[in-house]
Parts: sequence; structure tokens; C-alpha cells
Amino acid sequence: MQDLSALPHELTGNTVPMISFKSVRKAYGDLVVINDLDLDIQVGETVSIIGPSGSGKTTVLRMLMTLEDVNGGVIYVDGKPLTHMVKNGKLVPANERHLRKQRVNIGMCFQHFNLFPHMTAIENCMEGPVQVLGLSKSEARERSEELLELVGMIDKKDQHPARLSGGQQQRVAIARALAMRPKVMLFDEVTSALDPEVIGEVTNVIRNLVAEHNLTMLLVTHQMGFARDISDRVCFFFGGKIEEQGSPDQLFGNPQRERTRQFLSAVREAI
Amino acid sequence: MLDFLVLYWPRLLSGTGITIAQFLAAAVLGVAISLVFGLAKLSSTLIVRGIATTYIEVFRGTSLVVQLYWIFFVLPLFGLTIDNFTAGYIAVGMNIGAYGAELVRGGILSVPKGQWEAAVAVNMSGFQRMRRIILPQALVNMLPPWGNLMIELLKGTALVSLISVGDLMFQARQINASTFLSAQVFGAALIIYYILARFMLTPCMRWLERVMARKLGRA
Amino acid sequence: MFDWRWEFVWQILPRLIEATGNTLIAAGAGYCIALVLGLVLALAQRTRHRWVNMAVNEFVEFVRSTPLILQIFFIFYVGPQFGILLSPWASGMIAIGVHYACYLSEVYRGGIDSVPKGQWEAATALNMTTMQKYRRVVIPQAIPASLAGLGNYLVGIFKDTPMLSVIGVAELLHTANAIGSENYRFLEPYTMVGIIFLAISLPAAGLVRMVEGYVRRRMGL
Repeated sequence: MQDLSALPHELTGNTVPMISFKSVRKAYGDLVVINDLDLDIQVGETVSIIGPSGSGKTTVLRMLMTLEDVNGGVIYVDGKPLTHMVKNGKLVPANERHLRKQRVNIGMCFQHFNLFPHMTAIENCMEGPVQVLGLSKSEARERSEELLELVGMIDKKDQHPARLSGGQQQRVAIARALAMRPKVMLFDEVTSALDPEVIGEVTNVIRNLVAEHNLTMLLVTHQMGFARDISDRVCFFFGGKIEEQGSPDQLFGNPQRERTRQFLSAVREAI
Repeated sequence: MLDFLVLYWPRLLSGTGITIAQFLAAAVLGVAISLVFGLAKLSSTLIVRGIATTYIEVFRGTSLVVQLYWIFFVLPLFGLTIDNFTAGYIAVGMNIGAYGAELVRGGILSVPKGQWEAAVAVNMSGFQRMRRIILPQALVNMLPPWGNLMIELLKGTALVSLISVGDLMFQARQINASTFLSAQVFGAALIIYYILARFMLTPCMRWLERVMARKLGRA
Repeated sequence: MFDWRWEFVWQILPRLIEATGNTLIAAGAGYCIALVLGLVLALAQRTRHRWVNMAVNEFVEFVRSTPLILQIFFIFYVGPQFGILLSPWASGMIAIGVHYACYLSEVYRGGIDSVPKGQWEAATALNMTTMQKYRRVVIPQAIPASLAGLGNYLVGIFKDTPMLSVIGVAELLHTANAIGSENYRFLEPYTMVGIIFLAISLPAAGLVRMVEGYVRRRMGL
């Protein structure tokens, strides 16, 4: 176990980042996926992560959602440790109780939507608010209808996922995640499993979210144009590390590193 | 427990011997019936298919105990008198054969259509196709469920004690009736059945799976 | 051809039908025990405690590889040795319930394994407790996936109830035995028992397939 004594028990100061990775490491056996990652994301910031497959992009989101544990370092959300908790004056790996307390801040949308197939669209959205947040059914329904309206799925609210197209399912999945009122939204390659012609309906929903809500967002995407449009900052991942980061104009318009240039030109060629 | 075993092990052992004999005889019969009726169920002749379906549904739709009683008590009324040992393994074998026939049918259907077409393309006769190309592949596919079926067969042989075949179950009941040492005798019998199933039958089937897979170049 | 007597059939039919009721009750009660206990076993096999997993696995394996009829005798006779008197019905239901619970635990386990990993992850992303994940997300999907197996074992239990006759439960076969030895005629009672079994288990197997299709459609799967 790595020594965590150098890391703070809580982040304080005037501008506490919404998300903070400190020396985070993740490996599967000998294969190091994330190598000593430091990354801060400010409140309300929209950050896109791009990079070749196998560069550890998705792992960053999965660790934030606590779907994967970390092998080193600490992740902080809203100033408090997420992956760890303070016990006897030391940071120790978080138990399930601590994780449940911290996860309320975070929502996630998946590449393959992962809607619950035995529930209708609106039941999917109401599930978390009713079961986890303890809202009354009528409150949850009201909230879910608002959100389904927002993603343009209100007329399909009583359909089961099997009856919806991929783009429609993904929009319901976004509404489901938002229904938990998270501070941070994670989008893990949400357009990768979609047919080209429906990608727009999902990216438009996300564009609206960025424009109208003060959410902190972290996206992993292969849609370079989309990333350029919506992001405050773009991170290029390579080999489990941030190879280069900067404003979209900077990174796409004037990349500094050779690997970034190679990646971007390879992606452009593919189009 | 130890004195109990010292006193009664010869009877438990002879019972185990009969159980194994019943198992082997029923297995041979069951496999033969499975092949015949499994193939018959795939026949293009309606009447052959009808006979196979009837056989399979009747034996899978009723209980082994009922079949056993029927064969032992009712067949003699037709002039077919058989001793209890024979009636025992015939009933168990016929019952398992009905389940096995479904496995054979499923295994044959699991062989890809391209294999049939390739066999036709090299101008094999229907019989050659089945024996040389389809059955060997079907056999590998269906061996894992056959392992479970063989355990069901072993368990099924315990029922022959009901028509007084002197198998392990029968000996256990006899000893229980005269001593009332129920926990010891039934416990010992349970353990013997478990050893037969888990440490003899299962390894044999695994070995067979490996051998067959190797023959097909899949290992 | 042979000596089949219809008037004897009509004479014994009421008794056989009455006994069929008992057979169905025995199968139903045994199945209810197996449904609940099987789920408990399946969940116990998935806990994080390695010793619990191993013990449950071994128990399931043991019960599945030993004859039900021996288990029935074991429970019926071993109780009194330790001062616990169980009626034939009670011991029969326990034996059948436990035996089939071990089969059903495998069915449940297959059903739970068939639920994609993404469903667990989505439930985590909604911050559900483990209990909520099972109750709200996983089990509702695992059950339709298990229905065919669950149904087949219901028919299986039904066909195994004649074994209860050996400890004196008055089900179909027990009644047929009694009729046979009272009248010295076995042809009609045993044949009728076989026909009654067929008449119930064949439609039941069809019904299982129908219910499975209906539930899957109902749940939008």
C-alpha cells in the first residue's frame, strides 16, 4: 500500500475544485492503466477527455463513479475524499457506507445506456429518486416528467427501453442520471454505440445542459467537433497520463506535443 | 459410528456392488435408447418421428417410480415375467433414455449446417454422414449435459430397492429396520452415493470430455 | 388381449382423483419451500464470505448427487433418533423442498449471471444499496430468465412426489398400491396413475412455456 500521509484529509481554500485527482494510479495486474494522475476540475467546468483507445480515458470516469477502485492516490469530490475516508487520523480505503454518502454528488451515463429493461422510461427516471433519495412517487414523477421534457422524450415516457431507438434510450439515460440532481455528470462515450444519424439528438441534449445548467461535466468522447464546441478544457490522454491539455482552440488549433498532433491528424483522416 | 461400520460394511459393500451393476446395465441400455430415439425424432418419416415423440413424452411425463412399478407388476400380466434385477435396470434405462434422446437430438441440431453440406459435397451416404461427420461433433457438444444425466441415473437406481433389488438403498433400509441406527446407516449410504457420483462418475465424465475434445482437435 | 376392466377403473377413479389432490398439494408445498430456500442458497453462494460460499456450494453439490428417496428416509427416520418426531408429510416436504432448492439455486444463479454487468453499474451510479440492486434491478430481470428452469423443476417435483409413498404420504402411488393390494389387481391402478401423471405434466410443460413468454413480454424484455 502506498503512503497517503502526504495527501490532505480535506481540500480547503477559496477555490476548492469540484473534482480532484491526486497521484491516482490504477493497474490490472502488471498493466498500468492510469499512472500518477493529477487532475483538477473546477465547479461548473466542462472537460472533455480524448485519446486513443486503451489510454485510460474511460477508467478515469469509472473510478470517479466508484465502479473501479484506485490502486494509489486519492480522488476528492467537492473537497472531500471519495475513494478514501478518514479513520483514526489517516486516509483509509472507503467502505460502502462512505461511498454511498459521496456518490450522491455524481451521476453517470454509459456507452450502452444500461437502462433497466423491465421499467418504462419514466419508471427508469423515478427509480433512483424514489428508492434512493426517498422522494414521494408524485414528486419523483413530476421531476422525471420535467427532465424527459428537457431531453425531448416526454411522449415516449411509458415505453419500455426495448421499444426505443439507441438515441432515445441514451436521452432517457441522461434524464435518469439528472433526476438524482448530481453536482457532477459523467458521460462515458455516450454516442459510441449509436448510429451516425442519431448522434446529433444526444449531443444536442448535452449542448443544452452545458448552456443552461451549472453542472460540472466530464466527458469521454470520440466526437472531436462536439468536444471542441462544448468544452472549457480538453485533455488528451496517452498511456494512462495527460499528454496535453488546454482550451479547445489551443489543443485542436495549435497542439504542442507530437503525439497529440499524430492523434488528431489520424482522427481527421478517418473522417 | 466405527463399530457400526465394522459390523455392517459387508452388507453396505454388497449393496454398493449391486448399485454399480444396476448403474452400468441401465447406462448401456439408456445410451442405446437415447441414440435410437434421438435419431428417430429427427427422422423425415412421420411415423418414426411419432413413435419417438410418444416414447419420449410418455417416459418424461410420468415418474420413474411409476414406470418401475408398471414394468415389474403389470408386464407379467402380459405374460412377460422378468426378475426384479432386470426390471430395475430396464425401467431406469428406459427412463434415462427418454431424457438422453432429447440430448442426442439437441446435440445433432447443434452441429452447424455447413458440416452437413460439406458431407454431401464429398458425396457421403446418409449413414456415413451421420456416423463419420455429425455424430462425433454432436457427441462432444452434448457430453457436459450427459454428465448430469449420468448422476440422475445413479440416483435413479436407488428406486429399484422398492421392488426389492438388493442395492445400497435396499441394504440401508434393511439395516435400519433391524437396528434403528438411522443416522448411521442412512448417513453412510448418502456418503457412499456422494463418493460414487462426485469422485468416480464425475471424473470419468470429465475424462471422457477431454478425450473426445482432443480427438476433435479442440483441446 | 389382456384383462382390462373398465368397471374397476370407474370404481377406483374417485379415490385416485382424491389422491391426485394430495399429490398436487405435496408438489405445491414442496415447490414453495424450494423457491424460497433456493433463492437463499443462490444469494449465499454470492456473498463475499469465502467460507459461506464454499460450505453452501458443497452442500448443494452433496444434495444434488445423492438420491431424493434416501434423503426422504434420512429425514423421516433420523429425527426420532434425536427426539424430533416429524410426520410423513412434514419430512416429505422438507426433503423435497431442500432437494429441489439445491436445483433451483443453480437456476437462480444462472438467471442472476445472465443480468449484464452494465445493469449493476447503472444501479451503482444511482447510488443504490446492494439490497436495492438485487430487489429492484437484478432479481426482476433474473426471474424471467430463470422461468423456464423454474417451471421445469415444478414439473420435476410433481413427478417425484410418488417417492413420498414410501414413508406413507397418501398421494397417488400410495393410493394405487393400497387399491392394488386390496383387490389383487395392479394393472388398472398403476396404468391410471401413469395416465394421470401424463395428463397433468404434459399440459403443465406447455403452460410453463406460455407463462415464460407472457412474463417476458409483460416486463418489456
